[in-house]
Amino acid sequence: MSTSGSENHTNYLNDGYGVKSWLLTTDHKRIAILYMISITLFFMIGGFFALVIRLTLLSPNGTLVSADTYNKMFTMHGVTMIFFFLIPSIPAVLGNFLVPMMIGARDLAFPKLNLLSWYIYVLGGIFTLSAMVLGGVDTGWTFYTPLSSGYSHTNVVPTVIGVFIVGFSSILTGLNFIVTIHKMRAPGLTWFRLPLFIWAHYATSVIQVLGTPVIAVTLALVGFERITGVGIFDPNIGGDPILFQHLFWFYSHPAVYIMVLPSMGIVSEVVTCFSQRKLFGYRQMAFASMAIAVFGFLVWGHHMFVSGQSVYAGMAFSALSFLVAIPSAVKVFNWTATLYKGTIRFNTPMLYAFGFIGLFTIGGLTGIVLATLPVDVHVHDTYFVIAHFHYIMVGGAVMGYMAGLHFWWPKITGKLYPEGLAKFSALTLFVGFNLTFFPQFILGYLGMPRRYHIYPPEFQVLNVLSTAGASILGLGYIIPFFYFMWSLRKGKVAGNNPWNAKGLEWLTPSPPPTFNFDKTPVVTEEAYAYPEEDLAGG
Amino acid sequence: MTGHTISRNRYFLIFAALIVLLVLTISMAYVDLGPFNIIIALTIAIIKAVLVILYFMHVRYSSRVTWVFVSAGFFWLLIMFTLTMSDIVTRFSF
Ligand code: HEM
Ligand SMILES: [Cu+2]
Repeated sequence: MSTSGSENHTNYLNDGYGVKSWLLTTDHKRIAILYMISITLFFMIGGFFALVIRLTLLSPNGTLVSADTYNKMFTMHGVTMIFFFLIPSIPAVLGNFLVPMMIGARDLAFPKLNLLSWYIYVLGGIFTLSAMVLGGVDTGWTFYTPLSSGYSHTNVVPTVIGVFIVGFSSILTGLNFIVTIHKMRAPGLTWFRLPLFIWAHYATSVIQVLGTPVIAVTLALVGFERITGVGIFDPNIGGDPILFQHLFWFYSHPAVYIMVLPSMGIVSEVVTCFSQRKLFGYRQMAFASMAIAVFGFLVWGHHMFVSGQSVYAGMAFSALSFLVAIPSAVKVFNWTATLYKGTIRFNTPMLYAFGFIGLFTIGGLTGIVLATLPVDVHVHDTYFVIAHFHYIMVGGAVMGYMAGLHFWWPKITGKLYPEGLAKFSALTLFVGFNLTFFPQFILGYLGMPRRYHIYPPEFQVLNVLSTAGASILGLGYIIPFFYFMWSLRKGKVAGNNPWNAKGLEWLTPSPPPTFNFDKTPVVTEEAYAYPEEDLAGG
Repeated sequence: MTGHTISRNRYFLIFAALIVLLVLTISMAYVDLGPFNIIIALTIAIIKAVLVILYFMHVRYSSRVTWVFVSAGFFWLLIMFTLTMSDIVTRFSF
């Protein structure tokens, strides 16, 4: 029954073909596709910068690019990957597509605002890209003052204008989700029946709305000081450079949870579906998402232990940082407990979800190591930090995005991706990832600083390993790109619910009709109500 | 939207109050009260912000959820100030 007619029904994809029908659409599903294309573009640009970085580090004396160019490479890598890829990735693509569908709504609360957010994103992107084309920027993605506000001779102003602008697209997405989740849930869909993907996006939206304005103002102040010479952050003219770091990290630590919380939501959906189990400790999971959003705002000083912050504040921030680990660990334990006695299927989304759980755990635990004040004095600004956050952001957040893309690809496009090839590339990605970033933990612990294009020769073996890993990792991203494209034409027709999953989004045809549901669904059961009788005999 | 409308007079009243507070801020800047200058200036600023939020932004007549979000915004600002000050006021005193 599920496959009948899925190919030819009118759906959001064949409801108008013209360019205008896409560029002026207010359909959350089409806007999600617009975002998907744009962030993929930025992922490729960011990937190119990463390639240059890794190739330079093949040899200890930095023969490929000059020191100045190298500085620009890691800066532009960070700026693109964080502000233009990872922050919008899951919320603006999968969240946009799925939040209304999962709660049984026809669209988001403010469809035009949703389209506006994409245009704002594009505008911000144009600014930042032109800054790159016009010669680049070299301050690091962190824009530390007084380098950024006074000394750097590169295109700081257009870059921060771009980041400033793109922040508003993030705020609008968050605002839209908050209102939608409050106001547009289907009858019977109470807060504690919501899928955890929705809770995760709710928590993420709160961070976006409360945090992003602060980075916007802070970067505006950097531009202001640079242009007018009024002292805000530069100590020569009466400013306080550490104030910049407070304001920057007030947003940017919570921002790391903007990147990882939505992935956690995806993992909850995938793990329950592919083990056909209810989620262990549903309420704890919902509260843990909210707790992460709140605690995430109390820890930012752990980035500033050695930057001249008072030691007393350092001690307080160190202690507070340990708090965040609690809700994160609750999540890891609950996913694992969900698997217990489950009927586990090792499809590609599940492989990525397993990847997430393992790699996020390593990333989180090394975060605890870094949050320990005296240890951080040793490893701050070394490759240990680089390895830590790549384990969480690439091993965690991006793997979660890949899990979600594979899981919902049949829903989004109506077609199945080739399972065998997808499993192979998931494994490639996992191997490549670890080979790239594990050596960096060792390098950092041995004292190799980040952000230099040369290093002592004894570090070469580990750096070559890392570059080799990066090429395998790159392959792991390129293969999915091609089979996803291929599947659009040649993939098997997916049907409404190829994974036998729970959740309202699986009730409508794939691809969904323009208004998602023919009639508003009524919810009568908890989330993840997978039948479990068959276990009782066990 | 709650159907409640605020009378035009009320708006002018709030506007007048804001102007009075502005004059107060400026004149206080000429009186040296030591550390109390900053306290008074901030108090006046907060009163002004609250007036704008309650009346010009219609929060006073809005739903409970709106109140929750407005308070959250304030609370977050407080977090930012408190933890930043935890560094700044203890920085040079070993
Ligand atoms: C268990 C929770 C976590 C703790 C306790 C933690 C702790 C830390 C600490 C102490 C640092 C500073 C190290 C230094 O510069 O010396 C750091 C850096 C970083 N962490 Fe985490 N972290 C956690 C989770 C995360 C998550 C979830 C993400 C991303 C999704 C993340 C991304 C980053 C980034 C990007 C940096 C480096 C920023 C930079 O200087 O460029 N962390 N982390
Ligand atoms: Cu942090």
